Amino acid sequence: MNFRYSLHIIGSIMRVVAALMLFPVLVSVIYSDGCAVWFLAVAAIMFAAGMLPLLLRVADKNIFAREGFFIVAVTWFLISMLGALPFYLSGQIPSYIDAFFETVSGFTTTGASILTDVESMSPSMLFWRSFTHWVGGMGVLVFAFAILSQNGARVSHILRAESPGPTYGKLVSKTKINSQILYGMYILLSVVEFALLVCGGMPAFDAMLNTFGTAGTGGFGIKNTSIGYYNNAYFDYVIGIFMVLFGINFNLYFLLIRRKFSDAVRNEELRWYLGIIAFSTVTIAANILPIYKTIGESIRYAFFQVASIITTTGYATADFGQWPVYSQAVLVALMFVGGCVGSTGGGLKVMRILIMIKTAIKEIRYSLNPRTVSSVVIDKKPIDRSVVTGVSSYLVTFSLLLAVSVLLVSISGRDFMTNVTAVIACLNNIGPGLGEVGPAGNFSSLSALSKVVLSFDMLAGRLEIFPLLAILIPSSWRK
Amino acid sequence: MNIIIVGGGKVGAEITAALAKEGHDIVVLDTDPDVVKKLTDDYDVMGVCGSGVICANLIEAGAENARLIISTTSQDEINLLCCIIAKKLGARHSIARVRNPELVDQLPFMQSELGISTLVNPDFYAASEIAQVLQIPSAIKIDTFAKGRLLLAELKVDAGGKLDGMALHMLRRTFGAKILVCAVSRKDEIYIPGGNFVLEQDDHIYITASHPELLAFLNAAGYASGRIRNAMIVGGSRIAFYLAQQLIETGVSVKIIEIDHDRCVELSRILPRATIVCGDGTSEGLLVEEGVGHTDACVTLTGTDEENIIISMFAKSCGARKVITKVNKTSLQSMMTSVGLDTSVSPKTITANIILQYVRAKMNSKGSNIQTLYKLVGDRVEALEFVAGEQSKTVGVPLRDLKIKQGVLISGIIRKNKVIIPSGADLIEPHDRVIVVTTNRYFTDLDEILE
Repeated sequence: MNFRYSLHIIGSIMRVVAALMLFPVLVSVIYSDGCAVWFLAVAAIMFAAGMLPLLLRVADKNIFAREGFFIVAVTWFLISMLGALPFYLSGQIPSYIDAFFETVSGFTTTGASILTDVESMSPSMLFWRSFTHWVGGMGVLVFAFAILSQNGARVSHILRAESPGPTYGKLVSKTKINSQILYGMYILLSVVEFALLVCGGMPAFDAMLNTFGTAGTGGFGIKNTSIGYYNNAYFDYVIGIFMVLFGINFNLYFLLIRRKFSDAVRNEELRWYLGIIAFSTVTIAANILPIYKTIGESIRYAFFQVASIITTTGYATADFGQWPVYSQAVLVALMFVGGCVGSTGGGLKVMRILIMIKTAIKEIRYSLNPRTVSSVVIDKKPIDRSVVTGVSSYLVTFSLLLAVSVLLVSISGRDFMTNVTAVIACLNNIGPGLGEVGPAGNFSSLSALSKVVLSFDMLAGRLEIFPLLAILIPSSWRK
Repeated sequence: MNIIIVGGGKVGAEITAALAKEGHDIVVLDTDPDVVKKLTDDYDVMGVCGSGVICANLIEAGAENARLIISTTSQDEINLLCCIIAKKLGARHSIARVRNPELVDQLPFMQSELGISTLVNPDFYAASEIAQVLQIPSAIKIDTFAKGRLLLAELKVDAGGKLDGMALHMLRRTFGAKILVCAVSRKDEIYIPGGNFVLEQDDHIYITASHPELLAFLNAAGYASGRIRNAMIVGGSRIAFYLAQQLIETGVSVKIIEIDHDRCVELSRILPRATIVCGDGTSEGLLVEEGVGHTDACVTLTGTDEENIIISMFAKSCGARKVITKVNKTSLQSMMTSVGLDTSVSPKTITANIILQYVRAKMNSKGSNIQTLYKLVGDRVEALEFVAGEQSKTVGVPLRDLKIKQGVLISGIIRKNKVIIPSGADLIEPHDRVIVVTTNRYFTDLDEILE
């Protein structure tokens, strides 16, 4: 384990994040809400912490998968712990564990909140809370590598650990350019959404924060009733459509830029993703028709909720806890599906589901006729066996973590529905679950232990489990 | 520069490493997903899994906008086809690795009719490098500039030899030869030495000189001279063929030991003047019987690095005067130096250097172009040959008045046929070939040596 160089990289990322903290300072100055000092103080601490590793002399600059896991996991822990400080120091979230939970929920783009009255927060705190979504969505390290110059070889080990999905591919040769392209497309989409919301009459501040939440597929509402507060069909559709867009693999947008439209449209994962959304919207709309009376209204609410849940955003325009059981069941199923590979969405990812379904079909065929030889094919390309096994072991680990977390959360009591959906919602980075943690409730009443377990689950879900579990295994710490 | 490398084998990986280090935009294309994964893990490059002769794969790798495509798969025909297709798709330049001598002979046709920029033949380059060292066997390695007019020789300073403990400014006075020590490697340190530098035992020194001056110097400095008159080659590979061909031309008698009978018959047909022995080169009895102890030079060219090393050690212990070992694993190199096998050749490294030289020359189309590039001391030092352009800022100024960067030494100037070992009073004229030895990297133009 190359600790020295890993710490160097972590240090440089901390400095970048410290710089990002100057944005809420700016907001604080504009709204003169008196919180600038806390952000400045924490930024200074972060920057100083980021300078410390420079004292170490680095001779060996080789890093491998192990260091990649270590760097990613430690960075995410550190930024969550430090990022929580402004909430805590300013007293707007009195308990540090709550502040930590809220920040983890922000960076991991979960959107699960412990705040009972969001609207009482000062503007700069709200900004920082939503801004963590935006930064965490595309990835803190991706961002850092887009602007840091020291991109050597082997950085791919780090980005692979941070990027969701069973496989990791680049758009262009250079990692730095690759990160810049990703962020370029991300910023562009965000700006378009912001403009559309402002044109529809949403206040600029609200439009910006809601865009952050959409882009990162995070879902922190800045009103107590989330997006439902605006009660405006135009906003619902803009945000709904953009949630879907941010749940699509960004590589496909790059194909569009390169004018390879047919390749983008033919993408199998995209078709399944859109298919699942269409199917769920239609059936839920039919299911909730008795509540909303008109077809237009039920489609509006059904589409928004489906988009919000499948992309793991977690915005709400309606309390789906009150919907019929079928609708709730579909939504819980969608929680597991998640967005596409290479998007900002969480969950298992459509690609993994697709690989598992195709593998299952293959296995059934094999058991009927043991001599058949076939391989899993996606986008007309055979999927490597190692990817298939990787997906299966991911699924197993995911289920184990889910079960263990439910057990741990259940120690503090509460009903089964609340506990299970709270874990599902955190592990898949969605936000609201059902029962007490449903869209109308929140996570504030959970015990401290539950909050710590759920924070871990959110990080595990965002980093796809292995990097986080890896640093818990002693052998990975050995030199 | 956008470069596509097809085939991630030994040569392909070496080229990828070298070009990625220089900051090019590289896409690696290979049919084996494991190879692609390994290369994208190790270097900052993009990988595409697929075949280099399939248009769709080449387009995915970006052939339409590529400045250069290098095809280095193990099959000549695939490499050629790949280059032709990529060229049609829009790649500007193309380099194919071709090993079949008959195909290499068709280079002019391929350049004019098929649009292939150049062919590289690792075996041929390796053979040439071996042949150069055999001409001056007391050197560890010989590189040539300006079509052989200037040589760059690597020597080892022996304990108690005439060079041990001598300051560099004394060299010319003591031995009377016009030579220049342009780099010294001592343990892990590299020096671009000045006149007061004192040599120590076990230093490896790099000397530029013309051929006759170098021979005179070696004689005077007490290095065993004397031509190689006979050579034993173990392993009848393609390199062996090229090497035997070149050696026979210069009047060396060649004996090749090859285990495969059919190959022996083939070799005897194409090399009528060589002695071909069919037998196992790793067998001690056979080597002794064929006179490994009395041979002037023993060159081991079997397909296995380890076999080559063992045979070389044995030949050395029997008393062969010069032993040259072919190894492809660069990791073995330091181990070999420690057991006294100084001279080794690695075809993949030589090929990578030639391609680097090509790429750097293409990056600089106007100024003072790179003609030759060698990497010394495990690629920590570069020796470069430039042709000075008329606009170059280095032209017409005495060298002592040029503000040259640290770690750069002008080690030779070749004006028409005259070799100048430069001193401070000399100056560079347009069209001179200038040899620069430097610890800096990535020079593409002569003017870059200036502050």
